[in-house]
Amino acid sequence: MPRAGEGALRVPPAADALRLTACPKGFYSLRFSASGHGTMAERFDAIVVGAGPAGSAAALTLARKKFSVLLVERGRAPGAKNMFGGRIYAWPLFDLVPDWAKDCPVERLVTQERMAFLTEDASLGLALDSPKLAEGKAASFTALRPKFDAWLAKKAEEAGAMLVTGIRVDDLWREGGRVKGVTVGADDRVAADVVVIAEGATSTLVRKAGLKADLEPREVSVGVKETIELPAETIQERFSLGEKEGAAFVYAGYASLGLRGGGFLYTNKASLSLGLVISSEDLARKKLEVQDVQTKFRMHPAVQKLVKGGKLVEYSAHLVPELGRRMTPQLVGDGVLVAGDAAGFLINNGYTFRGVDLAMASGLAADEAVEAARTAGGMTAANLAAYERCLRARNVLTDLEAFARTPLFLKNERLFDIYPRLLIDLAERVYRVDGTARDRLVATVLKEANASGVSKIALLLDLLKGARSM
Amino acid sequence: MVVCIKQVPKAQELQVDPVTKTLKRVGVPSEINPPDQNALETALALRAKLGGEIVVISMGPTSFDESLERAIAMGADRAFLVSDRNLGGSDTVPTALTLTRAIEKVGDVDLILCGEETTDASTGHVGPGIAGHMDIPQITYCSSVDIADGRVRGVRMIEDGAETWEVHMPCVVTIDFGCNKPREPTLTGKIRVKRGGLITHWSAADLGLEPSQIGLKGSPTIVAKVDTVQLPSRQGKIFQEDPAIAVSLLLEALRKDRLIA
Repeated sequence: MPRAGEGALRVPPAADALRLTACPKGFYSLRFSASGHGTMAERFDAIVVGAGPAGSAAALTLARKKFSVLLVERGRAPGAKNMFGGRIYAWPLFDLVPDWAKDCPVERLVTQERMAFLTEDASLGLALDSPKLAEGKAASFTALRPKFDAWLAKKAEEAGAMLVTGIRVDDLWREGGRVKGVTVGADDRVAADVVVIAEGATSTLVRKAGLKADLEPREVSVGVKETIELPAETIQERFSLGEKEGAAFVYAGYASLGLRGGGFLYTNKASLSLGLVISSEDLARKKLEVQDVQTKFRMHPAVQKLVKGGKLVEYSAHLVPELGRRMTPQLVGDGVLVAGDAAGFLINNGYTFRGVDLAMASGLAADEAVEAARTAGGMTAANLAAYERCLRARNVLTDLEAFARTPLFLKNERLFDIYPRLLIDLAERVYRVDGTARDRLVATVLKEANASGVSKIALLLDLLKGARSM
Repeated sequence: MVVCIKQVPKAQELQVDPVTKTLKRVGVPSEINPPDQNALETALALRAKLGGEIVVISMGPTSFDESLERAIAMGADRAFLVSDRNLGGSDTVPTALTLTRAIEKVGDVDLILCGEETTDASTGHVGPGIAGHMDIPQITYCSSVDIADGRVRGVRMIEDGAETWEVHMPCVVTIDFGCNKPREPTLTGKIRVKRGGLITHWSAADLGLEPSQIGLKGSPTIVAKVDTVQLPSRQGKIFQEDPAIAVSLLLEALRKDRLIA
């Protein structure tokens, strides 16, 4: 009997050989039939990279217009790798999914707008309660991205787009300066007439397409959010809301510890979204960790009043492109265009944050551009230039340009530190009755301004700049 | 080439139901049994070298489609799932028989690859069982497989080394766990899956199996009991003092317990 040993060649004993000849199939040579694998790459009219609001909106409309569309998402499911504050302004949904109100995963419709300036222990606020806020096209609602993104991507699938998840596109497939499709690893390529880059704020494809240089720290803020579970009845009682109603809070001043940025709080059905958006540059300069700033913010008495009793169930973060129109990359190339956060389509003007609506509108515009290019004979940069016109017609570029000055204005440090404190000190002084001699209002204001150390000229200029950019 | 696979609960996320004391399978993330992934990778490497078609076969509930889709996305050409209420409760004997009938129904099979065993049952019976039913040679625990001159050569891992075996086709080869790095699904593969038509479901009747041959009725063994072991709590002591003092106290305690000299 042969012994086991390293490398010893074992051959079955003669009996087996006999059995083999009796084997009904009786083949001794390898029969490998031609494999079903073609060497031709799969091909689509359009490939959309990223199944966030911009990508799904583009895929949905393109599929509706009978383009063959591949929607590729790197997460396990659309929304798995996404988060925001947040609130969605619904106006593009009326075009995108006209019956959106039927099954869109709305948390609460916003009927209350709140703005508060904070110092360490005080807050001064503005409150707007109006049914007009939730009326018609002006409606906005709080949402949770895993649910919303999944819903919108499903609509795209229902319209005929092919959704593939769990795949990260490495690079664009380029030939002679033209984009021909996408590549994932060396041998895995899919062809398309046009690629829509909807990868989000950290898009690498935009750089690889040569449409934008690397992100710089001054161009991004860090957005963080704590999801705090609280029963729906408690939320409704504490915020004086009806069952479907919601509140949106914006905080300035101590919320970000004087760093450029601000805080927010949104009411979801049975949770609160509490968070901050802070300049990356400032965090680095002051050597602060964003989660520490968040904790201090959460511990502020004005915030504690609203979140107490809640259970922290999730902590998430996201890069926020901050410079608006000034950082928009080139929007089109031969066979390619850019939508959503990847194109920097976000507006933060201090009292409102818009991103998802702009993303969806840019998806709609992308489809219009692709249709125009098809009619004009091909997906060249020249033909796709219709994209900019469409973005303008949908007020995406127009709004971004109108607020183009805001990001720079918001970079004025006095806004985040001195002015909130000035306002609160002023208000505290105005409301204080303690038996000491009282000044009239104007005198009080001037005394406070002097005490704050800001020159009257600087104050006046800041007021002017603020008014012009808002 | 046929690769037999099984869908199992993800190893890191194994949960035991505290009431029934059995493995939770519903609602727990699943994966292709890792040794089966090694088997599929072996098949893909062989196809790259020699051509041919890879057919993946599995037996289980329709939730196993998830694994068959992944196998196709990794590169397999098509897949068959034998799914039937009557197969419930099958041990490895009817499982091997069912897979054998499925392989025979596919037809023209040269090489059958299986993982060495599953992570959720660890019997290692099914591959050899198929070889037994089909009366063909088997090489188990192979870390590498090659085909030359119409013969299959497998390097078989044993405790103190490796044996090299050479057998005629058709044959069964079971693959050593961890012997290769299973590739990731490709975009092209996932598109093929989405286009559809690559997974076929068969019932027990489609394979000519009688109820007496399968399920609990056809199983010579049953799982009588699944026990979870409670680890005994360990004695422990924490020295809270200043590090320098804590170290001396620790050394003293170790000496007192005669753990160090």
